[in-house]
Amino acid sequence: MLAYIVRRLLYAIPILIGVNLLTFSLFFLVNSPDDMARMHLGMKRVTPEAIVKWKQERGYDKPLMYNANISGLGAFTDTIFFEKSVSLFAFNFGSADDGRDIGFDISQRMWPSLAIAVPVFIVGILVNITFAMLLAFFRATYIDIWGVVLCVVLMSISALFYIIGGQFLIGKLLHLVPISGYDTGLSAVKFLILPVIIGIIGGIGAGSRWYRTIFLEEINRDYVRTARAKGLSELAVLFRHVLKNAMIPILTGAVVVIPALFMGSLLLESFFGIPGLGSYTIDAIRNQDFAIVRAMVFLGSVLYIFGLILTDISYTLVDPRIRLD
Amino acid sequence: MSKKFWFSPLLLVIGMSTLLAVLPGMLGVKPVVLWTDRFIYLLVVAVIFLIAYIRHKPHLRQPWRHVLNNRQAMVAAVILCAYVAVGLLDSIHYRQPLQGEKAHNGEKLYSVEVFSALDALLSHLRERVEKTYSAPFAYRLYSMETMIASDGSQYRAYPRLKYGAAHLQDPASQRGRDILFKTLLGAGQGLIIFAVSVLLLLAYLARSQALSFKQAWRQCWRAESASALRIVLYTLAVLMVLSSVVWKLSFFYHVFGTDKVGQDVLYLALKSIRTGLVIGTLTTMIMLPFAILLGIMAGYFRGWVDDLIQYIYTTLSSVPSILLIAAAVLSIQVYMTNHPELFESVRDQADLKLLALCVVLGITSWTGLCRLLRGETLKLREMDYIQAATAFGVGRFTIIVRHLLPNVLHIVLIMVVLDFSGLVLAEAVLSYIGIGVDPSTISWGNMINGARLELAREPIVWWSLVAAFVFMFTLVLAANLFSDAVRDAFDPHLNMRDKT
Repeated sequence: MLAYIVRRLLYAIPILIGVNLLTFSLFFLVNSPDDMARMHLGMKRVTPEAIVKWKQERGYDKPLMYNANISGLGAFTDTIFFEKSVSLFAFNFGSADDGRDIGFDISQRMWPSLAIAVPVFIVGILVNITFAMLLAFFRATYIDIWGVVLCVVLMSISALFYIIGGQFLIGKLLHLVPISGYDTGLSAVKFLILPVIIGIIGGIGAGSRWYRTIFLEEINRDYVRTARAKGLSELAVLFRHVLKNAMIPILTGAVVVIPALFMGSLLLESFFGIPGLGSYTIDAIRNQDFAIVRAMVFLGSVLYIFGLILTDISYTLVDPRIRLD
Repeated sequence: MSKKFWFSPLLLVIGMSTLLAVLPGMLGVKPVVLWTDRFIYLLVVAVIFLIAYIRHKPHLRQPWRHVLNNRQAMVAAVILCAYVAVGLLDSIHYRQPLQGEKAHNGEKLYSVEVFSALDALLSHLRERVEKTYSAPFAYRLYSMETMIASDGSQYRAYPRLKYGAAHLQDPASQRGRDILFKTLLGAGQGLIIFAVSVLLLLAYLARSQALSFKQAWRQCWRAESASALRIVLYTLAVLMVLSSVVWKLSFFYHVFGTDKVGQDVLYLALKSIRTGLVIGTLTTMIMLPFAILLGIMAGYFRGWVDDLIQYIYTTLSSVPSILLIAAAVLSIQVYMTNHPELFESVRDQADLKLLALCVVLGITSWTGLCRLLRGETLKLREMDYIQAATAFGVGRFTIIVRHLLPNVLHIVLIMVVLDFSGLVLAEAVLSYIGIGVDPSTISWGNMINGARLELAREPIVWWSLVAAFVFMFTLVLAANLFSDAVRDAFDPHLNMRDKT
């Protein structure tokens, strides 16, 4: 098991290097730092001095890949590539355009993101599985057919509509909770409840339909027929046998996103004014703060790869036949 | 049916292109072909040939017959066709000649503004611009203004709209009756158009099957085999009546109100259709060749080719897609602002930005299809018929084109149809984040983005949002229902688990 995990971690290195090269070429090869400086300082009447100053402040005034002025190892380390891209491997994200340390901001903003993403994830999965179980229990009846239609309708509604509609209905018309904002400690709950509910509702359509197909696939297997032949009730069959055996596909979809929960939800956080990583990313995109976007791309890939490893480990927990070595 | 399946579609394509080439000259306008237009024309040609090919091959016809007999799918298909028709009309662009002005050498001058055939059709909507917001069917402006009475004193009131309900003397009392009257009139016209088209269809059926008109009528409305056709006709009837009513009313009222700068919301919503369709279709079209080629190559050649391709798509898919899109779009934005000389006009730049967005979305979404195709090819290459072909000494390239490609096409089709609705929804979200289409491009995302802050006003401005959501929802729902039917017909057991 340990050997397997170590091997998987080693596999992750070339992929992360690839991600790194990709972002590097997107941000520094397609556009030179000069282009970025000009974009930031406004297109017209930019003096060359201003560009040089802008680059100096952000450390973009070095050669891209190879510094011919310095001999030895310094020729490679004193470059933009080394300082901006390689240092990401040490989770050294550098500083944003406004001079704040990105690593510190991320560690601060992680918690509000988790406060939304974790309840949405856990309650969402429970709601989706329950609804899918209900549809599987009433399979091939009108309840099932209309339930699936309902799922398709829910899927077809834009996430923006759920958020704007929810804010309008609950926050503005009924005045039940504040429309947006955030607070520390327990008083954050009244700010969190609406985004969490909206996040869950937004995921019901696709999620339930997905779990329903998984359950229906299992329901035609031989062991289910045997269980029914033993005289088990349909509910017992569903919960004791089908659910257990459907765990592998459920885990495949669910575990991989657990580490990514740190990244938060872009839309929910930005609409509800929650100072998490999602709104951090959106603000960075709007302000064209490339350092933050680069850091988030790298962090996102690390978390995704971590999620894949977690998925494999979780298989061994639910299915003893699977051995990782 | 003739032996050569490509003959009649070729005639059709040639006919359409001559029409496109000749018509602008006859109307005295200068045709403009944007980059996205070129891809759309290419797509249309491809679809025409594909349909002819499918009709030609019995084993391909079979699953489509399932789709055609699915009632839900047929309702969805009719609605999709209506959207596509609007989108295609909006893809024929031209520039109008400037009146009375001639250049020095006697050549005609053309206006800088680029219009589409849809603009020409909806010119009454495009030109009648109010001052600012007005509610649907309103006769007064949304906001109060200071006006001067006849005796010179000033007072605050809601001014009448310049165009909305302008034909009424006393709108407060007449409006309700007028709307009802115009609705009935429009519905009547719609029904007449529907009746005429049904008669034409029956005449065609009667001719092609050598029946009397009465027999064709009976077959159409009674026969079990024509139940899908009847559903199509009902949907068409509803669609025609509805659009005819809206069309009639749109001459006298702003049916969905007006937006902040007074533009008709109905016009904006209709213009957005093209943007949505372009994103939904061109994205998959651009990524398709890469995904198919790389997927099959990885599965067939194995070895280092497989390793390399797997490495590429694992790397791409490990970046959260929205962040990858953000990174790519941001760097494209920087590139475009620094190289303004590449574009002839603002319209051109917006168009290329739309195309770039499609490419970026394509890059992030091809990995799923590539992985599926690799898996399927791995399975297929061990099949007897491939083994036999290899034993006979058939070349690798021929095996890929003749034996592997046709056998994975159903996966491609299903993925293309499934991806469409997700892409349309993604456009709105991306435009909200600020990495979507150009702000000057009319799209549902931009409409929502512009209108969402107005919900805080009192009284609320809801109509832009609702119009955008309704139009988007209808398209996505129809696409989802249709794609379900396609998936069921082509491969009920295809495991889509790898997709997520």
